Amino acid sequence: MTKVLIVAEHDGSALNPSTAKCVSCAAAIDGAEIDIVVLAAATADIAAQAAEIDSVSRVLTIERAENEKSITAVLAPQIAAIAGDYSHILGPSTTFGKDLMPHVAALLGVNQVSDIMTVENSHTFKRPVYAGNAIVTVEAPEGSTVVATVRVASWQAANGGNSAAIAAVDAPAELPTHTRYIGLESAASDRPDLQTAARVVAGGRALGSEEQFGLIYQLADALGAGVGASRAAVDAGFCPNELQVGQTGKIIAPDLYIAIGISGAIQHVTGIKDAGTIVAINKDEEAPIFEVADIGMVGDLFQILPELIAAVK
Amino acid sequence: MDKIIVGLKRVVDYNVRVQVKSDGSGVETDGVKMSINPFDEIALEEALRIKESGAATEVVAVSIGTSESQQQLRTGLAMGADRAILVTVDGDIDPLSIARVFKALADKENAGLVMLGKQAIDGDNSQVAQMLSAIWGRPQATFASGVTIEGDSARVVREVDAGLETVEVDLPAVLSVDLRLNEPRYVKLPDIMKAKKKPLDEVPLADLGIEPGPPIKELKYAAPEGRQRGVTVDDVAGLVAALKDKGLV
Ligand SMILES: Cc1cc2nc3c(=O)[nH]c(=O)nc-3n(C[C@H](O)[C@H](O)[C@H](O)COP(=O)(O)OP(=O)(O)OC[C@H]3O[C@@H](n4cnc5c(N)ncnc54)[C@H](O)[C@@H]3O)c2cc1C
Repeated sequence: MTKVLIVAEHDGSALNPSTAKCVSCAAAIDGAEIDIVVLAAATADIAAQAAEIDSVSRVLTIERAENEKSITAVLAPQIAAIAGDYSHILGPSTTFGKDLMPHVAALLGVNQVSDIMTVENSHTFKRPVYAGNAIVTVEAPEGSTVVATVRVASWQAANGGNSAAIAAVDAPAELPTHTRYIGLESAASDRPDLQTAARVVAGGRALGSEEQFGLIYQLADALGAGVGASRAAVDAGFCPNELQVGQTGKIIAPDLYIAIGISGAIQHVTGIKDAGTIVAINKDEEAPIFEVADIGMVGDLFQILPELIAAVK
Repeated sequence: MDKIIVGLKRVVDYNVRVQVKSDGSGVETDGVKMSINPFDEIALEEALRIKESGAATEVVAVSIGTSESQQQLRTGLAMGADRAILVTVDGDIDPLSIARVFKALADKENAGLVMLGKQAIDGDNSQVAQMLSAIWGRPQATFASGVTIEGDSARVVREVDAGLETVEVDLPAVLSVDLRLNEPRYVKLPDIMKAKKKPLDEVPLADLGIEPGPPIKELKYAAPEGRQRGVTVDDVAGLVAALKDKGLV
């Protein structure tokens, strides 16, 4: 019997789209019965959103004041406490899931499969290694729980329209107090979220300053796009860290990705391999970004961008 | 705090464009440059800075691998680690077993901190720190881009999808570090000479009482589906036309 438990990601009130992507991955396992567990201080709203996702049988809620912020050492023992009923436990390969799922796996005494791209069968999966320069087919041992993260850029969100049953469950576990949440510094923005945006405009080191990086925001706004950046642009302080795209930033799959003044290092390109169309603007015609670009334009971004912004407005 | 344990993994250098072997058994490593995993180097740098600030007395570099990993440990000693331990294994071992090694050493050394990279750039798993936290029963703070030791606790800034999260953890704890935490120091020639005299102990895995668990088996490696170079446009009008063509604007 294949029973999959998905750990819901949320911000305390809204369900993150990564959860519906995990459902798509779970649904690719033959005959899977899929439950979602919501751990929060107030679960009702989040559970209602989870119950709408197609293919979900039940939404389980674990409501405790300690679950207000996602602290792995607090959440993991509760998930482990209800794991016994399941053959698979999945979470997203976002920083939330990457932090949590290996801890859950270790509590259950098993190894974890990271970043599932495709499901071959219930225990066999494909995943990227070496910054996506190789794809390895892996097999989790039969007879023990499969704990895994799902590479969200590889999966479409499952549809809505369902109304799965919602049930509160008991997850008896002693919770540690050795880890305390202090706060979150987040550059609030009305732009589409980088991880789910259909279009992304990204800038690199060539933008030269925080001020000039404003050109990237202008083009993004003209296109209704999210904003991304190379590591060099983040390191130089042109924009906040949560905009970094790549091996050690976000792995994204927008319909359109426009890379501006980005050279195309393997660590960057691995973050955009699944994009629909890649556009590159770079003054160096030898830049490796052109090897992966569907549309390339050689030239000075400071000349091209104002013209492009005016043209798409 | 007395000691900080730092993990140093030997990996294919980040500048190498790895090639999948034609028989699908792995990637080509013959004659390929090997280095310390870049995240681990940052972990070591941070441990050294904590020691230099007076908040710790000793930095112990640990690698798990074949005798070839001595090379990376010597580099770590040259950077400033006080001593090194190589836990010897025949081939690859699974992340959970690696976490058990760090647990055994943390207990034995009475470590106040275990500092690891947030992922190794070969397997890209990002698991060991979190697993160690689970089996050690101590706090984890992953993806750290800022670390401040405050007596018996540490304040850690974490790079998360939503921005920068700050947590406070009691010590001992395990940290996994991100790239923006610091810039590792360069090793100078006299340090390399000095490092040759620093202790590097080899301990077989079995001596720690660890039996590697059932791994996630690797069945086959393949090259990723490549992307093709597309068209080149000459001006903004051409670019906008190409985007319109694809229905993207
Ligand atoms: C372990 C590790 C992990 C990493 N993870 C990531 C990651 O997640 N994401 C990431 O992005 N990087 C990552 N990197 C860094 C990566 O290797 C590159 O250093 C980085 O991507 C370079 O950023 P860039 O393309 O903006 O800068 P550069 O490589 O400096 O490229 C700038 C480009 O701008 C062009 N240019 C300059 N002026 C102009 C102009 N006026 N008009 C048009 N074009 C211009 C240049 O021709 C050049 O191609 C990682 C590195 C390591 C070692």
